[in-house]
Amino acid sequence: MTDRNSVQRPFDPGALHGLQERAGRVLEEAKRAGATDAEVGISASQGLSVSVRMDQVETLEFHRDRGISVTVFMGQQKGTASSSDDSDDSIRRTVEAACAIARHTGADPCAGLAEPSQLATEFPDLDLFHPWALTSEQAIEQAQVCERVGRSDPRIVNSDGASLSTGSSLRVYANSNGFMAGYPSSHHSRSCVLVAAQQDGAMQRDYWFDSRRDPARLLSAEEIGEEARKRTLARLGAVRPATGDMPVLFSPRTASSLLGHFAAAINGGSLYRNASFLKGAIGEALFPSWVRIHEQPRLPGMAGSAAWDQDGLPTRNQDFVRDGVLQGYSLGMYAARRLGLQATGNGGGPRNLTIDSSGEDLPALLKKMGRGILVTEVMGPGVNIVSGDYSRGAAGFMVEDGVITAPLEEFTIAGHLRDMFTAIEAAGSDIDDRGNIQVGSLLVGQMRVAGSG
Amino acid sequence: MIISDSLSAYRTVYVNLDRLQIANQTLLNPANLDVDQLANLLGEVGGSAVDYADLYFQHSEHEGWALENGIVREASYNLEHGVGARVVSGDKSGFAYSDDLSIASLREALGAARAIVRHGGSGKRPSLNASQHGALYHGHNPIPAWESARKVTFLQQLDRLARSLDPAVSEVTVSLSAVHDTMLVAATDGTLAADVRPLVRLSVSVIAERNGRRERGSSGGGGRLGFAWLAESGRAEDWVRDAVRQALINLDAIAAPAGSMPVVLGPGWPGVLLHEAVGHGLEGDFNRKGTSMFAKRMGEQVASPLCTVVDDGTLAERRGSLNIDDEGTPTSCTTLIEKGKLVGYMQDKMNARLMGVGVTGNGRRESYAHLPMPRMTNTYMLPGESDPAEIIASLDRGIYAVNMGGGSVDITSGRFVFSTSEAYLVEKGKVVAPVRGATLIGSGAEVMQKISMVGNDLALDSGIGVCGKDGQSVPVGVGQPTLRVEALTVGGTA
Repeated sequence: MTDRNSVQRPFDPGALHGLQERAGRVLEEAKRAGATDAEVGISASQGLSVSVRMDQVETLEFHRDRGISVTVFMGQQKGTASSSDDSDDSIRRTVEAACAIARHTGADPCAGLAEPSQLATEFPDLDLFHPWALTSEQAIEQAQVCERVGRSDPRIVNSDGASLSTGSSLRVYANSNGFMAGYPSSHHSRSCVLVAAQQDGAMQRDYWFDSRRDPARLLSAEEIGEEARKRTLARLGAVRPATGDMPVLFSPRTASSLLGHFAAAINGGSLYRNASFLKGAIGEALFPSWVRIHEQPRLPGMAGSAAWDQDGLPTRNQDFVRDGVLQGYSLGMYAARRLGLQATGNGGGPRNLTIDSSGEDLPALLKKMGRGILVTEVMGPGVNIVSGDYSRGAAGFMVEDGVITAPLEEFTIAGHLRDMFTAIEAAGSDIDDRGNIQVGSLLVGQMRVAGSG
Repeated sequence: MIISDSLSAYRTVYVNLDRLQIANQTLLNPANLDVDQLANLLGEVGGSAVDYADLYFQHSEHEGWALENGIVREASYNLEHGVGARVVSGDKSGFAYSDDLSIASLREALGAARAIVRHGGSGKRPSLNASQHGALYHGHNPIPAWESARKVTFLQQLDRLARSLDPAVSEVTVSLSAVHDTMLVAATDGTLAADVRPLVRLSVSVIAERNGRRERGSSGGGGRLGFAWLAESGRAEDWVRDAVRQALINLDAIAAPAGSMPVVLGPGWPGVLLHEAVGHGLEGDFNRKGTSMFAKRMGEQVASPLCTVVDDGTLAERRGSLNIDDEGTPTSCTTLIEKGKLVGYMQDKMNARLMGVGVTGNGRRESYAHLPMPRMTNTYMLPGESDPAEIIASLDRGIYAVNMGGGSVDITSGRFVFSTSEAYLVEKGKVVAPVRGATLIGSGAEVMQKISMVGNDLALDSGIGVCGKDGQSVPVGVGQPTLRVEALTVGGTA
């Protein structure tokens, strides 16, 4: 690590075995301390991130983290303790701390591990581990190339920098009902944030990024810089739309947040707390009849891929919405018991969630919308999953006759999530598959836009 | 008892020892480190190309209890410690950290951080001079001050109270959290400083249901205090009543209007406005880089003459307060905007040096595993002359917002948003009806110029704020008197 050309050494295969041994020791320690059951998560990760601004290195950061989290059950009582220190001494103290607080919690009839028969028994390799033998020098050079390409226009007057980060981690989950599994994974990303100035001096910023398990699949430094530049320049001269009702086309990135609100509303935690506007909505036609929303947790190499969930249950492909109708909720073990339903392998939520495309590409979607707003950025926390009320700040473009005519800023889009789901008219083929929610542009027939006037 | 047993060794000494000694005993002694060794290590890393280097040691304990469905069913305890090593050259920062505090690990981390500098060589061994500062909060660990059984009983009482207030209350979540953070920083500029920071918080969230409609209300508070403060003077009970009141009000809320209109913002937590509209834009790093819309505008009129805004890390026992920042600089009360004129930025050491100005004690970091940067502490507007009732009565048609969810800002264009969680439609000076949650959007400089009335009722929030920047979260405070803004865009549906 002292050499500035140091390569990020990938974890050796024995390291995973070491973490599993440690997990076993935690479970033994928990039993010894009087726990009737226990579960443990252990992780180790390391990485490198660099940022470059105005062609100069700005930061060079080396990351190395370890963590252990243990949950003990004393009958139906439960306590959790965690530490960044996974030494033997710390394991003992962490288990003791978990037991000490567990004794004071209330007995919860729904608390407890999954039954042994429910636990995953197959552990397929999901192609998540592609370490990148990159020196800090190379990482800096790549970030410099990215930013130079981004800044190659006189209207780009400033930069908030280009960055590259790479890392890998090991994760193990084990519980006293016999589950013990772990896997290595990697994650790599590039980004570039640029600032452009208008003639009146007002500035606009935008950015672009990519994030992948396999560095070979990352967009190149040049591609990221170019896209960041295009997006930043496209904002120059932004105006405010007039207040009124209009169709809204959500870009893939903003559409994924919209699908994220759906995922939050069908999540067990929101449902058993009576905190979801979709409580009791199974069987209802929430979406138009062509809509299918489903998860594919075992896709190789994707951001959300995992073969088992937080409770050790196997993940599986499943439809949440078929023919527009809500089929079921996304439930982990505890939520399922609270609701009197079967767990769906969704401890930790849906994985690689998607809405099947209705086939149109972006130009076809713009044409279909005719006159409306293409939203490329949403801002702020204005989404209420309890009531379904949606009101967010936005930026984007005015579209007339299917053609982008002007950049827009400083407006809000508002509606009720139920109405917005019903009003989805198309799901684009321009799928953004960088994150856990993988979706193309979504056309929502009508929303209330508030801008000038 | 409980967790405190195993850790009582250093807890019992707090009463009589100063903070540097506590940090020494908590952080350095167990790792067989002393101040001389830190000076030697910092000497090894110095050199002509190195402007600054520091080591930041942290030991942090967190305990949380959560009641839900009438049962205290979640309890958690987290213990973390580690050291962050930073080397600064010009505007470049190299950074590495370790949870192992051995000399070998420290040397390795500093060596990795030093990779930012092209030239080798070593510098002068700094002479580390301990500085002592007045204390804004006691250093006692809040966690063992109450036995676990008492925490559980406290939450159960609050749950019963919430359920007794109205039959429409269907769900109650109450959580209690406490942090005890010990830090020590040693730097090549001779800094040797330590702080011991308690932080407690109570959060209440209720769901009320009536006629198939479901709404949430939430409240809470805290500060750099102990549990006793939360329980005193009916404070916790008041937060419970406030959460229930908000949920019930929202059950009757009508759709918020859409469009540009005058907005009156209530005192206290709606100061989120200032945090977003001007706070972030006045952080030193964005202004040094010229990416903030406020860059190079020092001395200009950026807000109405009614506005004086400060960032004040020196308020006793406040959530956003610190005795020293995470670089060892004593916090201060920095005037950012005086009668509308831009007069100050918030600075950490690196940005102050590069801009040729003084430090302000705003260098903060989420933990030893994060780089410090200029961050807010408690940001608020000083009171004006208007009677708050007159300000509301002045609205012909507009929104009166008294509680907020949160907000965000694009510091380059100045566009910011914040969303209401309790707001009212006002017509002809009279409150007509509560309105559903809506996002408000504006541009920082424009909105600040449009502040036309400032109340005499300055209040700070109750101690619940969390600020995020570059992926790092830190506790902050906000505050303001009642304000009238001539035009903000209200994102309703009506």
